[in-house]
Amino acid sequence: MNKNLVRYVLGWVLIVVGAMLMLPIIVAFIYGERDYIYFGLLAAVCLALGLISSRFKPKNTQMYVKEGYISCALTWILMSVIGCLPFYLSGQIPSFTNALFESVSGFTTTGATILGVDRQIEELSHSMLFWRSFSNWAGGMGILVFMLAVISQLSGQSNMYLMKAESPGPVVSKLIPKLRGTAGVLYAIYGAMTLIEFVMLAVGGMPIFDAITLSLSTAGTGGFSIKNAGLMAYEGHYYWQAVVTAFMFLFAVNFSVYYLLITRKFKQAVTSEEIRWYFIMYAVAVAVIGIDLTVNKVYPSALDRWHHSAFQVATFASSTGFASKDFDLWPSLSKATLMLVALVGACAGSTGGGFKVSRIIVLVKGVVRDLRHMLHPNSVFTVKMDGKTVKEETVRSINVYLAIFTFLFAMSVFVLSLDEKMDFTTNFTAVIATINNMGPGLSQVGPTQSFFHYSMLSKYVLIFDMLAGRLELLPMLFLFNRDCWSSKR
Amino acid sequence: MNIVIVGCGKVGRTIAEQLDGEGHSITVVDNNPRCVNRLTEHLDIMGVEGDGASRDILREAGVENADLVIAVADADELNLYICLLAHCCGAKNTIARVRNPIYHKNISESQAMRRSIGLSLMINPEKISALEMSRLIRFPGAIEVDSFARGNVEMYTLKLTSDHFLSGKKISDISLFKEEFLRGGSRICLVERNDEVIIPGGDFVLASGDKVSIICTPARASWLFKKFNKAAAAKAKNVLIIGGSRTAYYLANILIESNINVKIIEKNPKRCDELSELLPEALIVRGDALNEELLDAEGLDKMDAIVTLMHLDEENIMLSLYARQKSEAKCITKVDRIVFDKIVDTMPLDSVIRPRELTAESIVRYVRAVKNSEGSNVESLYKLNDGRAEALEFKVVSKDSPVVSKPLKTLNFRKNLQIACITRRGKVIIPKGEDTIEPDDFVIVVTTHKGLRSIDDVLAD
Repeated sequence: MNKNLVRYVLGWVLIVVGAMLMLPIIVAFIYGERDYIYFGLLAAVCLALGLISSRFKPKNTQMYVKEGYISCALTWILMSVIGCLPFYLSGQIPSFTNALFESVSGFTTTGATILGVDRQIEELSHSMLFWRSFSNWAGGMGILVFMLAVISQLSGQSNMYLMKAESPGPVVSKLIPKLRGTAGVLYAIYGAMTLIEFVMLAVGGMPIFDAITLSLSTAGTGGFSIKNAGLMAYEGHYYWQAVVTAFMFLFAVNFSVYYLLITRKFKQAVTSEEIRWYFIMYAVAVAVIGIDLTVNKVYPSALDRWHHSAFQVATFASSTGFASKDFDLWPSLSKATLMLVALVGACAGSTGGGFKVSRIIVLVKGVVRDLRHMLHPNSVFTVKMDGKTVKEETVRSINVYLAIFTFLFAMSVFVLSLDEKMDFTTNFTAVIATINNMGPGLSQVGPTQSFFHYSMLSKYVLIFDMLAGRLELLPMLFLFNRDCWSSKR
Repeated sequence: MNIVIVGCGKVGRTIAEQLDGEGHSITVVDNNPRCVNRLTEHLDIMGVEGDGASRDILREAGVENADLVIAVADADELNLYICLLAHCCGAKNTIARVRNPIYHKNISESQAMRRSIGLSLMINPEKISALEMSRLIRFPGAIEVDSFARGNVEMYTLKLTSDHFLSGKKISDISLFKEEFLRGGSRICLVERNDEVIIPGGDFVLASGDKVSIICTPARASWLFKKFNKAAAAKAKNVLIIGGSRTAYYLANILIESNINVKIIEKNPKRCDELSELLPEALIVRGDALNEELLDAEGLDKMDAIVTLMHLDEENIMLSLYARQKSEAKCITKVDRIVFDKIVDTMPLDSVIRPRELTAESIVRYVRAVKNSEGSNVESLYKLNDGRAEALEFKVVSKDSPVVSKPLKTLNFRKNLQIACITRRGKVIIPKGEDTIEPDDFVIVVTTHKGLRSIDDVLAD
């Protein structure tokens, strides 16, 4: 591996993170908070180190698969550690592990929090709350993609590997021929949609700070809220919750569809198989929960039942993790449906997490194909999606993905179970919630609860799960591969 | 520019590499996923897998908004069809590779046909290679000949041997290049020494092993080469072509037109019959050329030039090495693949012709011309010595430019830059210190700097 190149990329990451840290300073000044010291200090250190590092361009800037994966994994670890320091240094989250958990949860757009037990979310200063929500936004589309869009030194060449390592989905392809342009288009769509959501919320009368932070964390499908009660704090504001529902749903759609719509290729956009199944999944899940709530007479008004059903399914499908009601009190069927939806997750190429709808489609088609092949041993079937043959390589990589996913899942549940305080439902759903970057689980990690009570070991396991889930397993796994670190192999 | 390239074979790949390096937005289409992947992994371009002759695939590649579609798939018919399809979808310009001489002739004769396909350029790799080879045979002393300013000026590259006339001489001492001799004009504008490209000044001393590029008019060149070496400048009379490919046919045709005796060795009896039918003046020898006795019997040592056009690069290289050992003749070797490029260059092979580079180069030149017609006043841009130097042709537009109407010796030029040639109303001037640049002149600048956009950029800051 070309370590010098990785060092160079990380130098640019430091510069970008340094620049990001400037934003909370503005918030601190507006609200007259003293926290700008921490952000300012960190920003200065990051920028200084970054500028020094980026001054020394490595001789060989050819990026290969290894460098792509390792740079990506290290970028996210570095970013998370820097991101947790404001919480920790200011003493607003006194434990380092908790601060790191919160920061990782933010950047990976998980939205699981350790706040709400010894510290309430409302106790954090405005600048810290903004930083928390902003980390959702930055992590949603990805920092490397952002770098590819704005830093010309990294454009061109073979930096596609960086984008491939960071972007979700089984196949990452460009929208337009130039990598820099593609990253730019993605961020433009992302930014524009965030702005529209903010305007819609602000017009609906939501306080400006709430609207800003809520838009940022919805856009990244993160799920951090500035209230302890989350979206339950906006009880009765149907318009606000409906806007958030719509945008959670939209941010979990493959962004290439928006690009197709912008370029007026409507037919291609509408016929996407992944989008179709995403819609069907959403509609069926809302219906099942709506009926379940009705049969069990959970809320008195039909509006409430369907409204909250639509909200919760959107939040679980997009892996956002807001809660408009304490769904932990809902009937089992509804809870199971939500967890299944969370496992399937969003579309590939969106800001959402989960296994991804397109992977499930290919997986199911692959299974059907293999079963048919067993009956007709000499037959040849190809797996198709959107009318095109899916490469055998892709089908196989998705099977491998499933295997790693299952293994990591099982091991995580096992390690979490060492903690005697937690019941099985808690551990099981905590892993689902983190590995899919969703947020709250059920029982002791339910929407009104917190991850605070987990032991330090469990928290680090969950931190790993969040990072692995956001980067789609491989970059984090390759960190442990000796081949990737050797300069000779 | 938005460019779609259909076909990721050797030529497609070379074009994509070159054009990507020049900052164009490129999409490649091929139905072999491997070829597409190999390209998209190394270049900042987009790949589309699928049949390039399908409208949906072309649409996916974005032909509607393409400024140029380049069809370099296998078959001529396919390429023409792709151009037609792309043109109907809204592509502005199209380029097709057309090998079949009949198609080539028919289409180039009919403007209506070209317009209906939207065809702006047809490329015939074999013909381009044959033309290049014939130029080399015309000047056996040169290993490379490039033509500029619509053929009015040519650049000859020669490799100096230790006994060469120029070896060991200081440029300002060479009387042939002194100003009083500059009637038609000629000038040494580039020297490549040990992988380094130098724009030499007057006190530069040439050494054996240098690759020297001289710019002058074709008429002047024959005079110059005669001065260098009487024997080498003598016109080639007998040329042996080994391998009876289509290129061999084109080359033989050109050579026969200028009264040169051509002998072609070809193994396949059927092809021999075809060739003898097509080229009645040429002598066709049936036999396997990979046979020392046959080669000796056919008078290898008495030839003025030997061109190896066998199918395999390795065979061509071996044959040329053998020929170089046996005879004094000018050797031209065709090499298709460009792996181990550097190794081939170190071999004592004389001239090496790479058809796919020539093809790519002529397409890229066209693209540059189209691009330059919008914006900057670079008329054309040639990459020299593997892109390490450039020759740019500028049109002088403004009267107020700081370079206009001042003797060149009073101007403070950048380092590593030379005004090689000025074309004024069709007349070629190799400039001296007293010459001036006037409005409406075409100026050729040779430089190792990149990204010059206007004639004003030649001055040091």
